Amino acid sequence: MAEAHDRPPESFTLRLRRYDPESGEAPYWDEHTVELEPHRSVLEAILQARDRFDGSIGIRCSCRQAICGSCGVRVNGEPALACHTHLDAARTSAGTEGVIEIEPMGNMPVIKDLIVDMDAVHWKKVQRVTPWLLAKEPVPEREYLVSKESMVDVTQTMACIQCGACVSDCLAMEVDPGFIGPAALAKAYRFVGDPRDDEQRERLTDLAQDPHGIFDCTHCFKCVEACPKDVNPMGQIMRLRRIATSDQHIKDHNNGKRHEAAFTTLIKDNGLLWEAELLPRSYGGNSWFGKFAPSAGKELLSSLPAILKALVRGKVTPAGALKPHKIPREDLKAVQGIYEKVEGREQRYELNLYVTASDEEVSGNGASAAATGAPPSPAGEEPSAVAPPPVDPGPPSAAGPEGESAQVGAGEDAEPPTGAHADENSQEGDDS
Amino acid sequence: MKVAYWPGCVSRGFTPELHGSMAKVAPLLDIELVELDRACCTGAGVIAEHNQELADTLNARTFALAQQVPGAELMMNICSTCQGAQSECQERLDASAEYREHVNATLASEGLSYEKGLTNKNFLWLLVEEIGLDELRSRVRRPLTNLKVGPFYGCYIVRPRKRLGIDAEHPRDSYLHQVIDALGGTVIDYAGMRKCCGFPIITMNKEASLKQAGRHLGDAEDAEADCLVTPCPLCHLNLDLQQPLASGVVGRELNMPVLHLPQLVGLALGLDPKELGMGKHVVRPTSVIDWSASVVGAAA
Repeated sequence: MAEAHDRPPESFTLRLRRYDPESGEAPYWDEHTVELEPHRSVLEAILQARDRFDGSIGIRCSCRQAICGSCGVRVNGEPALACHTHLDAARTSAGTEGVIEIEPMGNMPVIKDLIVDMDAVHWKKVQRVTPWLLAKEPVPEREYLVSKESMVDVTQTMACIQCGACVSDCLAMEVDPGFIGPAALAKAYRFVGDPRDDEQRERLTDLAQDPHGIFDCTHCFKCVEACPKDVNPMGQIMRLRRIATSDQHIKDHNNGKRHEAAFTTLIKDNGLLWEAELLPRSYGGNSWFGKFAPSAGKELLSSLPAILKALVRGKVTPAGALKPHKIPREDLKAVQGIYEKVEGREQRYELNLYVTASDEEVSGNGASAAATGAPPSPAGEEPSAVAPPPVDPGPPSAAGPEGESAQVGAGEDAEPPTGAHADENSQEGDDS
Repeated sequence: MKVAYWPGCVSRGFTPELHGSMAKVAPLLDIELVELDRACCTGAGVIAEHNQELADTLNARTFALAQQVPGAELMMNICSTCQGAQSECQERLDASAEYREHVNATLASEGLSYEKGLTNKNFLWLLVEEIGLDELRSRVRRPLTNLKVGPFYGCYIVRPRKRLGIDAEHPRDSYLHQVIDALGGTVIDYAGMRKCCGFPIITMNKEASLKQAGRHLGDAEDAEADCLVTPCPLCHLNLDLQQPLASGVVGRELNMPVLHLPQLVGLALGLDPKELGMGKHVVRPTSVIDWSASVVGAAA
């Protein structure tokens, strides 16, 4: 680091997207060249351009250390915190000319230049998910006592700094602006996963039934990639779906539960996907009779142009549509055995690498405590204590007190507890 | 080279031309395919959504089967979604010895065990990293001269970058560009090339799903692409099979052929369009592409 700081100032050219909706003028590009040390941030470069060349450049910022979430922009097309992006890195990711392109975030209206209207989109959606605790009664006189594991589970969503980078790049929102979106749904998991909250089922019912809710996520990983804090919003949405469908058995109007159940069952029955059966079951219900349900018939009718064309072209044959592909009988039995064993566990077993880190990242402790607590169990039950211990606890190691690997800097600004602490005395995992 | 070959489900179901064209192309590239016919579906993210450990165990079984193929250098798939779903499970399995043991305990009744460190590459990655672009170029018999091809990657094979091993040394999110170029075609960049085809929500929000497909197809048409190429059969379903419906949703005529990656490679290696199953597409490639004009310097 010291070396990087010793490097002399260099020239960096910024191409800024400028736009003032009140002016009536169209957006345009504006170029400025600034002089700064390469380890300085894109934000510092923008501020220098504003101070030296054009005081009217609009940029929002506050803390300048990647914690307030104010300076979200797009750098060379990718969402980023301007204060958390080094100039040399930005120049490397720029096009051949090395000009750093800076635009406002997407999916939100521009107020001026690089400032977008977070209230109109992001904060409105966060409000939508009731972002506060609906406490279990009776509220204790002093603090609630909950197991550590159950709170560690929600620390990943608590790391969110509300910068809007994930909202900016959400591809579902791009075609459906009503989609509640990654940031707000990650926030929803913050409370759905909190053992002190009393309304898990109500929250999930609401989010599953909303046509713009949890089943509107298109699973594109854009938010996972965009997030500067490793919140993994899409992963949180999948956890919301998992609890809504598997634990709360919520039957939504959006085919979410039916689709998941049909898919999972068809693989259990055949080993391979049977597309011709998956679609009608997703609409009509997860059984052979699903295709005869009125909703499946309606869907079939609306898809007729595509189906007929596929038949005419020989892409889909009647025999192929009516008969599933299967894996050999012995293998199918093995697959079904896996289903029975894993689904028969009293509690789901989930490995969250944000919480536990990988073997390589856990210094001096090749075999870390593997699983986090599963998400809290269905409403009505007490918050579950700990996930079942791994089958074989592995070799004893010089680990700290039990559960230490689950220690997380749980402040709202928590950096992921992964590699960060594993820098100095890490040693090889024991599993080479 | 010999590979443990995972074709996926859809390549043997609704896009049979994908599996078929891969089988035709492999010998021309000296790839020996040993099909993992005992393995089950990767879950495509849906089983992981239902139960993470179940998805991890089912895929660990596939990985273990691949590791048993004698002489196979690696495992290869032809589906972006398979790649993404498998990479996600493998990331967890490789991260923790303890978790791996836990999963392997379930596989033990079959005498299977997954050992950390399997190499699993989509055909696209294998083309660039194992066969090499120069070698590929040298085998071209029918350069795709004058053919303007828009790449369509599919989300699962470009994000998240770290999990998929995408970095400055391995710009896997640009490999389609490189392959099109090596085959003699012209790369057409357009807005949607690394966006979502919409397929995962086709049963949940059909309009939004088809709007995604329709927009990308329209963008590619505006950029004057002759056709698209994709390494993902699920993207192919939304972009080709559903194209007539997508056209209705976005309110514009669309006539954009979408080729599977092995089909595009096969064409350049001299195979006949029909052999590659192109007659099976909803939007026929032959309706747009003038093959006679594209055939330049055919050696056959």
